[in-house]
Amino acid sequence: MAERKVRILIAKPGLDGHDRGAKVVARALRDAGLEVIYTGLRQTPEMIAETALQEDVDLVGLSILSGAHMTLFPRILKLLQEKGLGDIPVLAGGIIPDEDIPVLREMGIAGVFGPGTSTQEIAEFINQTLKRA
Amino acid sequence: MEIVERLLAGDRRAAARLMSLIENDTSQAPRLMAALYSHTGHAHIVGVTGSPGTGKSTLVSELTKKIRAQGEKVGIVAVDPTSPFSGGALLGDRIRMQELSTDEGVFIRSMATRGSLGGLARATGDVVKVLDALGQDLIFIETVGAGQSEVEIARAAHTVVVVVAPGLGDEIQAIKAGLFEIADLFVVNKADREGAEGAVATLNYLLDMNQAEGERWRPPILKMVAIRGEGVEAVVDALKGHRGYLKKSGQLELRNRERSEEEVKRIIEEALWGRLLSRLEEGEWERMMLRIADRELDPYAAAEKLLESWGDLGKEG
Ligand code: B12
Ligand SMILES: Nc1nc2c(ncn2[C@@H]2O[C@H](COP(=O)(O)OP(=O)(O)O)[C@@H](O)[C@H]2O)c(=O)[nH]1
Ligand SMILES: [Mg+2]
Repeated sequence: MAERKVRILIAKPGLDGHDRGAKVVARALRDAGLEVIYTGLRQTPEMIAETALQEDVDLVGLSILSGAHMTLFPRILKLLQEKGLGDIPVLAGGIIPDEDIPVLREMGIAGVFGPGTSTQEIAEFINQTLKRA
Repeated sequence: MEIVERLLAGDRRAAARLMSLIENDTSQAPRLMAALYSHTGHAHIVGVTGSPGTGKSTLVSELTKKIRAQGEKVGIVAVDPTSPFSGGALLGDRIRMQELSTDEGVFIRSMATRGSLGGLARATGDVVKVLDALGQDLIFIETVGAGQSEVEIARAAHTVVVVVAPGLGDEIQAIKAGLFEIADLFVVNKADREGAEGAVATLNYLLDMNQAEGERWRPPILKMVAIRGEGVEAVVDALKGHRGYLKKSGQLELRNRERSEEEVKRIIEEALWGRLLSRLEEGEWERMMLRIADRELDPYAAAEKLLESWGDLGKEG
């Protein structure tokens, strides 16, 4: 009998070239036992939503340090909704000003993680989120 | 079954869900396959193997663009290894396939091996069937390519492409890993680098040495620069050429039959094994293994004892 594995898409939306954080998180989640689909730099919202659909992921993680999150995230969330993937939890990390966090939470982002977050904290949050779902 | 009907109607989300069902719980496979198997058998299944870093993902992406331009639909199953330590996996083949991700005629699925050793995941064959039933005309399977025995791909695919890159000593590696026998086509990728001609010459020499008498298909050796899309057309033509050869020579039927045989055998083995284990008492297996380790019992006697529970089937015929 095969076992159930948690699958997560780690994506970098927009023209942002900072990929260290995304890679650190991707590796850490692999080491926490998840199957991590990493798609590399410069993903459009369409690419991210379609990849989430094809890979049938349990979660989507967005990494962004460019400052474009307030324009990109709503489009990604809308496309996920349109594809019937509205109930997939979406997490975000990178450089996100404090004042944006409540707005993003309101929009439907499940959790926001800034610089210095320990990867254990992220793995723990994922466990809790999936348990609640 | 509703989800299978949605798949057959071309619903991509249903395809993705079905793949997960099959991958996560093999006990679902029988009823799902019962519903979709008769809708498979249309696709040309192409295996792509070779050491990590030779450019398999890049090449699959380039070939796919070309095949799409010819109007055919493409499926891709990209397999990466599961970490034996954490059970997790980093599935990164899509990094090289970005341009394909919004093409409606392409469906890509990343899979982790989840403990399988032959370069594919246990469920890879069934995931390919889902893509086949979805209507993809050509399906690529990119293997782990860990240089371990990858002969499983020969069973899963109609056409096997072995990718080598100059300077890695891959040609020799290919023989060691048993890839030479299963290649229907060699691609010397990264032909922009020094040593490509040498690799072609070595492969040619090795083919001369290894080609069995009377074999009709000699694997072509083609050069490619996947990052620049060079040499793509010749490889696509060779894939079609091999498919044509398989059909004309009767090899296609033969390969399909061999695959079915292996599949049925594997299913029986797993089912019998599962049933055997389920008939044991709690801890019986472990106790028996301890006794073998302590030399109180030998492995043959243990097996014989376990087979007793099978009645007639367990007796030597
Ligand atoms: C290293 C770096 C670079 C490197 C990037 C190398 C690379 N391949 O990643 C280079 C030199 C190339 C670079 C270039 C630029 N950079 Co720069 N860079 C940085 C720097 C110093 C560190 C980023 C980093 O790698 N941190 C280490 C990683 C591990 O941390 P992290 O990414 O934050 O990730 C953690 C968390 O955020 C979270 N996380 C991240 N992603 C995700 C995803 C999920 C799902 C989850 C759950 C969590 C999570 O978990 C991680 C672990 O804790 C930051 C400043 C800073 N202190 O953050 C500026 C910074 C990001 N850069 C900045 C800028 C402006 C640029 C440039 C435009 C020009 C410039 N001024 O240098 C270019 C643009 C490049 C491009 N094409 O996009 C600004 C961005 C300003 C903004 N957003 O408003 C910053 C903030 C510096 C600043 N204070 O001005 N940069
Ligand atoms: N020089 C050169 N590099 C290539 C070529 N094709 C792929 N690569 C690079 O080789 C690396 C590995 O490619 P990838 O497709 O991921 O290989 P895989 O591990 O076999 O799937 C990447 O950095 C590619 O950009 C090529 O034709 N020439
Ligand atoms: Mg690859």
